[in-house]
Amino acid sequence: MDTALLIEKSILVIVLFLISLGAAAYMTYFERKLAAWIQDRVGPDRAGPFGILQPIADGVKMFLKEDFIPAKADKWLFIIGPGLAMFTALITSAVVPWGPNLHLFGREISLQVADINIGILYVFGVLSVGVYGIMIGGWASNNKYSLYGAIRASSQMISYELAMGVSAITIVLLSGSLSLNDIIAQQSQVWNVFYQPVAFLIFFICALAELNRAPFDLPECESELVGGYHTEYSSMKLGLYLFSEYTSMFISSAIMAILFFGGYNFPGMSHFSGNTLALLGIGAFAIKIFIFIFVIMWIRWTIPRFRFDQLMHLGWKTLLPLALVNLLISGLVIAYNNGWF
Amino acid sequence: MDSLTNRKKVVSDKPMSLWEKAYLPAIISGMITTMRHMFRKRKTIKYPEEVREFAPVYRGQHVLKRDEQGRENCTACGLCAVACPAEAITMTAEERKPGEESLYREEKYASSYEINMLRCIFCGLCEEACPKEAIFLTDRLVPTYFERDNFIYGKDKLVESLDNRIDITKRQHTGKRSEI
Repeated sequence: MDTALLIEKSILVIVLFLISLGAAAYMTYFERKLAAWIQDRVGPDRAGPFGILQPIADGVKMFLKEDFIPAKADKWLFIIGPGLAMFTALITSAVVPWGPNLHLFGREISLQVADINIGILYVFGVLSVGVYGIMIGGWASNNKYSLYGAIRASSQMISYELAMGVSAITIVLLSGSLSLNDIIAQQSQVWNVFYQPVAFLIFFICALAELNRAPFDLPECESELVGGYHTEYSSMKLGLYLFSEYTSMFISSAIMAILFFGGYNFPGMSHFSGNTLALLGIGAFAIKIFIFIFVIMWIRWTIPRFRFDQLMHLGWKTLLPLALVNLLISGLVIAYNNGWF
Repeated sequence: MDSLTNRKKVVSDKPMSLWEKAYLPAIISGMITTMRHMFRKRKTIKYPEEVREFAPVYRGQHVLKRDEQGRENCTACGLCAVACPAEAITMTAEERKPGEESLYREEKYASSYEINMLRCIFCGLCEEACPKEAIFLTDRLVPTYFERDNFIYGKDKLVESLDNRIDITKRQHTGKRSEI
């Protein structure tokens, strides 16, 4: 590997890391603002103009709080838990292509950290590991509420991963590739959501469940489980859990935009080329991500939480059969179009 | 029997139809509702900058009134302290010395008069009990402090100053007192 590539990738990794963290920080602000607007309130407006410095104030507060580890907790797992949650939330961004290639200093720079040909599998693999952060944290706390939260999180994530995976397979069938780049390239004319609206709906609902967002936020579930899996956490460990939730929300929005809304493709793309195209592509991708984040938050402040049996019912008896039927039908249609009958 | 109002709603537990079971229509209509709220006027009153409009009979911080000649009305009879359900008022009475006629209206006056604002429930019974029109509740708010001692208001905070009289006409015209 030559040095220039190494430098280029390192810079990209650092920039992505900072962007993910910054986006997560400002998503907390945006979420509070949105909640306030929906409830006819103003929201945070004291720190800086329009409260724009609120995330910094929150971060400083988190750092200054007492970092408490319960006496009966498993100390090392207790520390590893939030770190693992944050780690898995961040490494998903490695395979996301953030835009068309940039041309700088006579080099063609790919805006993707790792162009692996099994991008989707990588994303799903990391998502499955993501549950360990919550599970370990809940287990190590040695608290019944934490444990309940952790149990719920793991069963919920495992159940919804199935339907999510099946609806992603329909996309793989359409593009014929597991690489995220190929999936984006295949959508340059028509976005997948127009071919696969049902798969998108299933994927979106499952993504909400995977993210532990309302209406599927049973793992934290303030009204029953105090704080769920992070009941015993305080200070920046709690901050990392909350942060990882928002980071994964950011990354999942990116994944949904890639799989169903054409990633960095935008209408009228063929009129541009070079760096203009790259910048516009990044902009279009950012707008798509923002819209997804907005809708996810909008849903959170609209719908009440599902009961646990309703959640399982929806996942196993509705979404999974629906996803399977959808997969079967789209498979048949694709086979027919390829002239297999 | 006919019901008095038409607000009664018949509750039924019939199973949901397929349309209702799909949840999505209901969810979307809910989201439209919340979207509409996003553009509504905010109900928040940003307190230190904006102050909510008070009712004319609002019962806030007390004032010990002076009469037209600037003499203190209070004669330290103690009726307000007796009436006070929260036992927030304490006072010491003193006899008016010759030469103090311009300071105190009655022959006896309160040399100290304290209201503990943490105990006070702002019921206004002191005002009702007062035979001398000396104590009134006003539409001013009691500010917040960090120390409890600061909430014990003495005469320095309660008696109105000569050049900054407190308007209590709003509370006098509530139909309770027809004449002074």
